[in-house]
Amino acid sequence: MEWKSTAEVVIVGGGIIGVSTAYYLAKQGVKDIVLVEKGTICGGSTGRCGAGIRAQWGTEMNCRLGIAALDIFEQLDQELGMSVGLNQGGYLLVAYNEKELETLRNGMLLQNSLGIQSRMVTLTEAREICPGLAAEDAVGFFFHGRDGHADPFLTTFAYLEAAKRLGVTCYRNTACTGVIVRDNTVQGIETTNGKISAPIVINCAGAYAQIVARMAGIELPNWAERHEIMITEPVAPGVCPCMLMSFSGNYYIQQRPHGSIICGMSPQGHPEDFENKTTWQFIEAMSKTLVKLLPRTKGIRIARQWSGLYDMTPDAQPVIGETDVKNFYHSTGYSGHGFMLAPVAGKILAQHITGQKPDIDFSMLDYRRFSRGEHIRESNVV
Amino acid sequence: MSVTPENNEKVYVCRCEEVTLEEIDEWIDRGYDTVEELKRVLRVGMGPCQGRGCQDILMREIAKKTGKPISEVAPATVRPPVKPIKIGLLAEGGEE
Ligand SMILES: Cc1cc2nc3c(=O)[nH]c(=O)nc-3n(C[C@H](O)[C@H](O)[C@H](O)COP(=O)(O)OP(=O)(O)OC[C@H]3O[C@@H](n4cnc5c(N)ncnc54)[C@H](O)[C@@H]3O)c2cc1C
Repeated sequence: MEWKSTAEVVIVGGGIIGVSTAYYLAKQGVKDIVLVEKGTICGGSTGRCGAGIRAQWGTEMNCRLGIAALDIFEQLDQELGMSVGLNQGGYLLVAYNEKELETLRNGMLLQNSLGIQSRMVTLTEAREICPGLAAEDAVGFFFHGRDGHADPFLTTFAYLEAAKRLGVTCYRNTACTGVIVRDNTVQGIETTNGKISAPIVINCAGAYAQIVARMAGIELPNWAERHEIMITEPVAPGVCPCMLMSFSGNYYIQQRPHGSIICGMSPQGHPEDFENKTTWQFIEAMSKTLVKLLPRTKGIRIARQWSGLYDMTPDAQPVIGETDVKNFYHSTGYSGHGFMLAPVAGKILAQHITGQKPDIDFSMLDYRRFSRGEHIRESNVV
Repeated sequence: MSVTPENNEKVYVCRCEEVTLEEIDEWIDRGYDTVEELKRVLRVGMGPCQGRGCQDILMREIAKKTGKPISEVAPATVRPPVKPIKIGLLAEGGEE
């Protein structure tokens, strides 16, 4: 592929965030976009994620982003001309104590006020939604039927192929090694394959965003956290038709249209490193949770386990916007929910950069909120 | 590789996930020319046999289409467990 040493916009990172941002910028009419990825597309967190999509959030910003993303996901096959594997079986949230019930109820009221039709359901209803559910120790359930999941690979590749059709250039195996700044304004990047001059650079490097930011002298308070996940052999549908999730119970479980059950939980001690390691302890603990909640999973076999990185921020909400270096933008810090927010995140940043009014005002997601002490902590996270 | 009787043109490379040679060639042409990327977009090699039956064929096809020597085509990452293991068996392990 011919090397382009200049571009209108350079995007660092070929995960769902970088790729969707490239697509929406191209759709807004930006002609010359180059995306660089140090490995292969989807090789980072995106290709390792649970790919759940939900609007049941605890902060107004996440609710707004979540429902806007769902609206886009529901039209995405048509928009991109390729199936993204969307499956809307809903999310069933499980509360195990009064405090959690209260938090989730407040979340529901907030969601309802924003047009998200989540509701509280009884154990009987919960069992209609998720047959065979053994959650006698739970104190309450919440459900939103439009939630669900999509295929993270197909979604990213659908965005990528559509972006390429609009003229976006994508260089794989090309790492950004430096961000060029002059007079406090970004000028382009250095890569392992050469320099690219560009008046706008967007950092979408996921868990490595802090490293790329530092290349321009910007300190992000983000950190990488390792999370493990596993998938079973495909079995007949109906084992877990919805996404079953609990924050205090520490699990998320769902069955793919394909028949495999995918599930994960937060690691003990939250290892902060960049290693995609797997442990025996995880599959053992996860299996115990599965058998307790869904006894009929006992005879199902685990096919694969792996891990990936959450790109964490102090309030579990993303960092979107320009930095102290002019025209150096960020779209990072998506912790455990960057896949589902990607369609809207890409769209609103593209609108902002091309001088339009974004569908959602995201100014509060500026990274300087942390130094100003304006954290708004998201409660609904695993 | 097998040829299905109902359609002479369909050559299945991955039987577990029913991926054809035609689909593989199409995505290699779009630039998805590594085992990892083809796996991601087509699920080739992600079925019960975990690529034991098809990875060699896939690697040869990539080599053929890209003109790279087969020694430069990287195989997929191997993910544990080595053999599928029952959830019930694992759940019984260790203390409660
Ligand atoms: C186990 C697990 C489960 C998850 N479950 C869900 C879920 O159910 N729902 C959900 O919405 N989200 C989930 N997530 C979170 C989700 O995966 C991420 O938020 C999302 O994928 C972030 O996308 P990204 O594009 O920012 O990051 P990535 O996909 O990591 O992409 C960043 C890319 O940047 C590249 N890069 C880094 N440095 C450089 C450099 N110097 N030069 C060039 N390229 C570089 C990396 O190689 C990488 O490919 C989960 C995550 C994990 C780990």
